[in-house]
Amino acid sequence: MKTIYEFIIKELLQLKRDKKMMAVIFIAPILQLILLGYAANMDVEIIHTAIFDQDKTETSREFIRSFEKSGYFSIDYYAESYDEVTELIDKAKTIVTIVIPKDFEKKLNKRETVSIQTLFEGSDGNKSSIALGYIQAVTNRYSQNIVSDIKDKYGMKLPIAGSLVPEVRVWYNPEMKTRNYMVPGIMGLILMITTLSLMSMAVVREREIGTLEQLIVTPLKSYQLILGKLVPFTIVGFVVMLIVMVIMTQWFGIIIRGSRLFLLFASLLFVLSNLGWGLLISTISKTQNQAMMISVFAVMMPMIYLSGFAFPIDNMPQIVQYITYLIPLRYFITILHGIVLKGTGFSSLWPEALILFVMGVGILTLSALRFSKKIE
Amino acid sequence: MFHRILAITKKEFKQLKRDKRMLFIVFFFPVVLLAIFGYAINFDVKHIKIAVYDQDKSEYTREYINGLISSEYFELVTYIDSDAEIKKLLDEKIVQAVVVFPNDLSKKLNDKEDVKVQYLVDGVEGNTANVIVNYVNAATINYSLKLTKEYLAVTGKQSYIPINLEPRFWFNPELESTKFLIPGLMGMILIITAVVSVSLSIVREKERGTIEQINVSPLSSFELIIGKTAPHIVISFLNAAIVLLAGYVLFGVVIKGSILLLLLSTFIFLFAVLGLGIFISSVADSQQVAFQAANITALLPSLILSGFIFPIESMPTIIQWVTNITPAKFYVVTLRAILLRGVGLSAFWEQLIYMMIFGIIFIVLATVVDRKAKAA
Repeated sequence: MKTIYEFIIKELLQLKRDKKMMAVIFIAPILQLILLGYAANMDVEIIHTAIFDQDKTETSREFIRSFEKSGYFSIDYYAESYDEVTELIDKAKTIVTIVIPKDFEKKLNKRETVSIQTLFEGSDGNKSSIALGYIQAVTNRYSQNIVSDIKDKYGMKLPIAGSLVPEVRVWYNPEMKTRNYMVPGIMGLILMITTLSLMSMAVVREREIGTLEQLIVTPLKSYQLILGKLVPFTIVGFVVMLIVMVIMTQWFGIIIRGSRLFLLFASLLFVLSNLGWGLLISTISKTQNQAMMISVFAVMMPMIYLSGFAFPIDNMPQIVQYITYLIPLRYFITILHGIVLKGTGFSSLWPEALILFVMGVGILTLSALRFSKKIE
Repeated sequence: MFHRILAITKKEFKQLKRDKRMLFIVFFFPVVLLAIFGYAINFDVKHIKIAVYDQDKSEYTREYINGLISSEYFELVTYIDSDAEIKKLLDEKIVQAVVVFPNDLSKKLNDKEDVKVQYLVDGVEGNTANVIVNYVNAATINYSLKLTKEYLAVTGKQSYIPINLEPRFWFNPELESTKFLIPGLMGMILIITAVVSVSLSIVREKERGTIEQINVSPLSSFELIIGKTAPHIVISFLNAAIVLLAGYVLFGVVIKGSILLLLLSTFIFLFAVLGLGIFISSVADSQQVAFQAANITALLPSLILSGFIFPIESMPTIIQWVTNITPAKFYVVTLRAILLRGVGLSAFWEQLIYMMIFGIIFIVLATVVDRKAKAA
């Protein structure tokens, strides 16, 4: 027991002495979470719009104003020809260009239907379809106003049939802010990257510098060696988690609705599985360079893309969805979203916690076995 | 001078060639990742899982539900019979939305009155929720239109729709997000391989002490840097070609613009990225620190700040400034212009200039730091 304790102290001292490393480990997460938390925003707040008004009448201007008034559109350009429209779209200056035909006013006065062309720079499919939703809303309202104006003016009775009115209520995140969803996910990412990259280089570094030989000839047993490496990094991971939690609640004002204790417990499980992966990488790589490439390409990138942090797992093809079951971050993010946004507790999140635990213990045992075999 | 550079380049090449595992990772993983992620990442919300709480159980509600699930956008998971079940279904992510029909629905519709259809949507993923809200609104309005038309057909009256929208999506008529995301993915894979391999190759010499030998040799630090970087430029360039080819074969990302321009911009991008790698190597003393620094400057920024997933114009102004720390931002804009829109140099030449400036700044910084270190 005493030997392990002393070894852990030695590792902690070594970590503490490396000032650059300490700065990178503890300051980077703060900066990253703040920066990325602001950046990770898919809300389409302003739709950059160009107008090609061929009619130039009072009515067409009124139509344009209805877009401006809605608050979602910023009319950046007025095009005078189709060539200009093409250029604006080619250079991706606008998301949408609205083309008002020459006979706009005339047709409306005659009570005919006018077709309005809306040209989207469609390369961002997501943004375009959201923009289309807003444009439909504005034109529908405009149409309704015209119809009711006619009714008022002429006292005409337009036929009315009963209709269904959608009444949509959004739960958990009523403003549908992507930030509330992203910040917990980024927390998970940062925790994963810090612990994994530390651990994956830990053992291979000693081997590369040649100090591993010295450790092996000491009376330390291999499990003691592993514990001595694991404990300091677990502490580091835990502190990082505390830091990012404080930033999430204090800086971004995202309230943790569920139990904080459970959140910390789950992050401990998650850190364990990361350290397990790290140790495994450390035992299979010969150089730090290899360790780094393997951890980035074989572990971090899949974790980032397949965890559902930004790309919904529901949208993925079935085969890829099966692969996501192997990703620890997937479970951790489900737990994070559950506790932070929904306020759900252990009763509905225990399966995820259990899987994290099993994965963590499994991968740690596997890599510890590999490691001790390698030493002997 | 040239023979000295050539000598160091040859040495670096030999070292790279000998590390078979490394070469395997560098060339094999990007393609595998591109293949998996290309299929996995998209924002195309389809098969929205819904539950129905039908208190009316009439011909109307059956027809409405059939309309929903006959499209590929909705998938009926279950019928429920009480309010209490709603919370459980949404809490545990079993469904994404619940439709509630009031029990007086058919009565009101028969009396030609409006009825509310309630939707409860899981808002945790703001973006998906937004799309779901658009869909359910559109579906309900369409159904109402159908009712109105049927009613009008019976009574023989006419309705008036003043404005008809004609949306047209350029470059991406199906509004798929995959093709939009693939350039970002390519940029990210390239930046990581390049930054990591260059920074580590120089820091390794520092860590092992072989840099001292180089310092006392007639090599100047400029020659050392050029000699060390040249092989990585070749490898990164090959890598870029493979990734582009994979993008074409797997996802049909056709190069709509000029291949020559594409190669030129990739070259400039690699120059910028290698500048960053060289800078990291001048600051870091150990590979561990270099790895963390590469994570902070290359991995997450190229994911989150590059405009690859999150539109830059949705970010706060300060963060928009900060996005300039990643050359991936400029490369993503360039790639999208060339690959998706097929436009010429006039649409994106600024991006190339930015990347060049970026590279020059970091190489100058690196030389300054390096001189200081040597003087000390």
